[in-house]
Amino acid sequence: MALGPVFGVLFDGCAYGMLLFLLSVGLSVTLGMMNFVNLAHCAFAMLGGYVTVTLTMAYGWPFLATLPAAFLAAAVASVALERTLYRRLYRAGELDQVLLTIGLAFMSVGAAAYFFGTVQQPVQTPSYLRGSFSVLGVSIGAYRLFLVGVGLAVTLLLVLALEYTRFGAQVRAAVDNQRMARGLGINVDSAFAATFALGSGLAGLGGALAIEIVGLDPGFAFHFLVYVLIVVSVGGLGSIAGSFAAAMVIGISDIAGKYYVPQIGSFLIYLVMVVILMWRPAGLFGRR
Amino acid sequence: MAAASGAATTPGLYLQAQTRWHPIEFAFWAATLAPFLLFPNHLALASQIAITGLFALSLDLILGYAGIVSLGHAAFFGLGAYTAGIITKYGWGEPLVGLLVGPAVAGLAGYATSFIIARFRHLTLIMITLGLGFLLHEAANSAEWLTGGSDGLQGMRIGPLLGLFRFDLYGYTAYAYSLVVLFVVFLAARRLINSPFGLSLRGIRENALRMPAIGAPSRSHIRKIYTISAVIAGMAGALLAQTTSTVSLGVLEFQRSAEILIILVLGGAGRLYGGLVGAIVFMVARDQFSGIAPQYWYFWIGALLVTVVMLLPNGILGGLAQLYARWQGKSS
Amino acid sequence: MSTPALSTHGLEKSFGSLVVASDVNLAIPLGARYALIGPNGAGKTTLINLMTGMLRPDAGKIRLGETDITAFSPGDRVKRGLVRTFQINQLFPHLNALEAVTLAVCERRGVAGKFWRPLPAYAEAVDEAYAILGSLMLAPDCYRLTRELAYGQQRLLEIALALATRPKVLLLDEPAAGVPREESAELFTAIAGLSQDMTILFIEHDMDLVFRFASRIIVMVGGSVLVEGTPQEIAADARVREVYLGGEAP
Repeated sequence: MALGPVFGVLFDGCAYGMLLFLLSVGLSVTLGMMNFVNLAHCAFAMLGGYVTVTLTMAYGWPFLATLPAAFLAAAVASVALERTLYRRLYRAGELDQVLLTIGLAFMSVGAAAYFFGTVQQPVQTPSYLRGSFSVLGVSIGAYRLFLVGVGLAVTLLLVLALEYTRFGAQVRAAVDNQRMARGLGINVDSAFAATFALGSGLAGLGGALAIEIVGLDPGFAFHFLVYVLIVVSVGGLGSIAGSFAAAMVIGISDIAGKYYVPQIGSFLIYLVMVVILMWRPAGLFGRR
Repeated sequence: MAAASGAATTPGLYLQAQTRWHPIEFAFWAATLAPFLLFPNHLALASQIAITGLFALSLDLILGYAGIVSLGHAAFFGLGAYTAGIITKYGWGEPLVGLLVGPAVAGLAGYATSFIIARFRHLTLIMITLGLGFLLHEAANSAEWLTGGSDGLQGMRIGPLLGLFRFDLYGYTAYAYSLVVLFVVFLAARRLINSPFGLSLRGIRENALRMPAIGAPSRSHIRKIYTISAVIAGMAGALLAQTTSTVSLGVLEFQRSAEILIILVLGGAGRLYGGLVGAIVFMVARDQFSGIAPQYWYFWIGALLVTVVMLLPNGILGGLAQLYARWQGKSS
Repeated sequence: MSTPALSTHGLEKSFGSLVVASDVNLAIPLGARYALIGPNGAGKTTLINLMTGMLRPDAGKIRLGETDITAFSPGDRVKRGLVRTFQINQLFPHLNALEAVTLAVCERRGVAGKFWRPLPAYAEAVDEAYAILGSLMLAPDCYRLTRELAYGQQRLLEIALALATRPKVLLLDEPAAGVPREESAELFTAIAGLSQDMTILFIEHDMDLVFRFASRIIVMVGGSVLVEGTPQEIAADARVREVYLGGEAP
C-alpha cells in the first residue's frame, strides 16, 4: 500500500515548519515578555549559518559539532547587543525599536556580503544525513527527518524547562503580567536577557540547520524575517504552543502552495496573516 | 514652540504667529531653484530628490503627525507609479492625466485599507502594513500581463508636459515639474497641519487613549489622513514613472518602504520639512557614494540608522531645533 | 421623585474569580456633588470605567437621565454629556495647554475634521478654550507645553479638558491625587467654582476635599456599596471607621 504524494508534501511541510519554529520561538517569547520589537532576529539566525559554514569549510569541523557553536555564537552576540544597545530602548516606542533593529539587520547584511560575498554558501552535511528512503511509498529525506527530530527535541526541552524549572516559572510570570512579576520580586530584566539569549541562540541553530534546505546568503536576514514575523503574529506573542502551531500551518501551507499552485507564490501566506491578524489581533494563542 | 509665558498676546494672535511663514522657509524654497543655475548637470538627481521628498512628506503626515507606523507605504507609491505608467501604454501620454489618475487609484486603495488600519495599533498595525505591502508586491509580480513582472513595465510612452515641454535628457522639465508639484502639495499639507484637523492628528499621536474621552472620532480622523497620505504617495510614484519613463517592482518593495521611513526619521518626523531635508541628505549621499557596491551601502545605512536612533532621535531638524533653543536660551 | 442624572442598577463585573463590582445601585440627582470613597482595590475606578463604557458590565444597567446607555460606546457617552477625568493624567505632552483645550472644544463643536482653514480662524473655539483655562487659573501659562507644567497645573488641565466637552455629568477620578499642598488650593477653588448645573461624582482619598464639597458620600468596599449618607452620618458610622482602621474620618 502506498500513500499519495500529499503525504510527502505534508512531511516536507512539517520539516519546513520545524525550521520556522526554531527560527521564530525566540522572537515570540521575547516579544511577549517585553514587547520589544527585534527585527534583527533573523540576523542572529544568519550569524549561526555563517558560523557553521566557516567551521565546516575553513576548519573542517564535522557538521553536527558546529550546531552548538552556531547556537552559542548567536547567543553571545545577542547578549552583547542587549547590554549595549537594546536595553536603552526598552521604554521607547515601537518606532525607535523597529528602526534600531532594522539598522542592525542592515549592518549585518552588509557585513555578511563583505566577508562572504553574495553567493550561496555550501555546507557539508555528513553522509548519513544525505539521501532519502521510502516509507509506504512516500519519499522521506534523511536531512528533513533529522530536522523534525531536532525540532521535536527542542520543543520538548523548552516545554519542560518552562513548566518545571524556576527560570521557566519566572518567564511565564513575566510574559503574563510584567508589572506584577516585578512586584513579586522577579528580576524581569535579567530573565529577559537570558530568554533573549536563548531565543537568539535557537535562531542561530535554526540558521545553521536551514542552509541545507533553503541556502544561505546575505539576504537571509530579511527574507526569513518576513516568515518569522508571520509565524509570530499568527501564533500569538509569548506562546510556545502558538509558535509551534503557526509554524506548522505556515510551513505546510507554503510548501503545499508552491507544490500545487506555483503561480501563487507567497501570496497565500501574506493573505493568511492579514486575515488572521484582523480576526485575532493578538494572534491565535496570544493574550492581549 | 515655547513662547515666553505671560507675553502680551492674545490666544488668537499666538496661534496665528504659529502658522506664519518663517524667513528660513522662504530661504529654503528659494534654494530649491538653485539647481537650475548652479547644478545644471544634476537636474535629474534634483528631480528624484523632489520626488522622494514628496513621498517622505506623505509618510510624515501619518507617522509624524498621527503616529501611525507603517512599514508598507511603498504600496501607494507603487500603485501611483504603475497606474501612471500603464495608462500611457493606452494613449494617455499627457503627464497631467497620469498625475490625476495615479493618485486617484492610490487614494482609493488607501481609503479601502484605512478601515483596517484605523482599527489597530502598535505591533499588530506594523505587521498588517508590512503584510499588505508584501501582498501587493507579490500580486504585481504575478500579474505579468499588466505590470511586466520582474522585467518592469514595458512600452511606456510619456508625452510632453502640457503638450509642450518634453522630458529631455538634461532634466529641466523633470525638475521643474516635480518641484512645482512638490511645492503645491507642500502648501496644501501646511494648511492641513495648521487646521483643527492637524491639531486632532497631533492629539492622536500624543495620546490616542484620551481622544475618545474628549469625544473625538479617532478612527474617522485616521481614515481621512491615511487616504490623503496615500494620494500624495501616489503622486510621488506617478512623478517617478513619468520622469524616468520606467516602472519596476522596486517601487513596491519592502526596501522602498524602509528607505522612506529612514529618510523621514533622518530629517525629523513631525516637522513637515523633515522629509524634504532627509531626502536631500540621503540622496545626495547616495549619489556621492554610488560607486560603492550595494552591500556596503546597506552596512552604512544600517549604521546611520542606529546612530540616528541612539543619538539623534528627533532627526536632523530636531537636533537643529535643540541647538537653536539652547543658543536662544544662552543669549536671553 | 425626579429622574437622577446618573444611575446604575444591579451592576456586576468580575475578572475570573475576582469580583470588582457586585450589585452596585446608585442614583445621583441633578446638580448633586457626590463623593465615592473606599480603600484601595474597592472597585471605585472600575465603577468609573463601567460608567464611561471602557468596561462592559457582566450584568446590570446604567442610565444617563432617562436614557439607557449600557450599550453605548465611550464616544457616544461623551457626546451625551457623561465625561470623566483620569486618576493618572492622560494629557497631550507636546501640545501646549491652549492647544489641548482648543482641541477638545473643536471636537465638541464638530470642526476638528476640517482641514482647509487655519486654527486661528475658528476664533470662537479658541476664545472658549481660553475662557475655560482662565476659569481654572491656567490662562497665564497656557502657551507652555503640557509636559512643562507643574503637576498641580496638569491636574487642572485634566479637568479643563473634561470641561471643554460641556459635561452634564462629570466623574472626577481622584482629582487631588499627588498634588502637593501648595498647589491644592487652586484645585479646591476650581472645583468649588464648577457650575451648579453640573452633576459631579468624585473619587477621593483626600478627606478634606470630600467633607468640603460632597453633599453625600458613598462608601465602597470590595466591589459593593457598604453605606451611603451625608458627611455627618458617614463620619459617625462605625463600619466606615473600621474599614479605614481608625484613620481618616474625623
